[in-house]
Amino acid sequence: MKISRPSLEEAIDSFTGGASVREGRVKFEISPLVENGNAVPVSVEVESPMTAADHVKRIALFNERNPQADVVVFHLGPRSGRARVSTRIRLAASQTVVALAETSDGAFWSARAKVIVTLAACIEDISQQ
Amino acid sequence: MTRALVNVPKTAKRGEIIEIRAMIQHVMETGYREGPNGVTLPRNIIKRFVCKYGAQEIFSAELFPAIAANPYMAFSTVATETGTLTFEWTDDKGETQSASAEITVT
Repeated sequence: MKISRPSLEEAIDSFTGGASVREGRVKFEISPLVENGNAVPVSVEVESPMTAADHVKRIALFNERNPQADVVVFHLGPRSGRARVSTRIRLAASQTVVALAETSDGAFWSARAKVIVTLAACIEDISQQ
Repeated sequence: MTRALVNVPKTAKRGEIIEIRAMIQHVMETGYREGPNGVTLPRNIIKRFVCKYGAQEIFSAELFPAIAANPYMAFSTVATETGTLTFEWTDDKGETQSASAEITVT
């Protein structure tokens, strides 16, 4: 059985509504080599004054090779004070992970990271069969 | 009983940016795994998380199966007033778990 999932770029397009995405302003902290894909710590920090006039509205993570492209969408606002979030994610294979930030002026910023996973998350990669 | 852990500083100065950490015990079954009988295990994940400071929502998240079991999230907020922070997690079964923490702002 083959599971069809949107490509990484299609997933990003559906998040941005097709708007152009610029590299920068997003600092993506994820280890380049992880032993256990079941719980990979990630942190995303976006350069932003986080004022009512200029703040980060959303931070999202997308992956390239899990069965589903979406990972998480965080909603922030001026009351966040700082645009920094952390969580732990699953990676089913070595792949590229993308962090995207939407600012209050409607712009999208991103950072990419390549991650090598030695022990994949325990989900069968059905797409390979 | 599901365990939820939240970490909020007990006191803060007004205007200070504080870090909040929240974790809940949950399998986060992806819906992509097969059980021992070859039948796919139904998806059961926490799909939404909301944090309120007093009555106002200050942070929320939509989660997908790629979030690790026992979802952990850390974020920040500006300490504005003495009050209660409430945390709410909702899973695929519609079950909601909540937790709260008090903060004193000087």
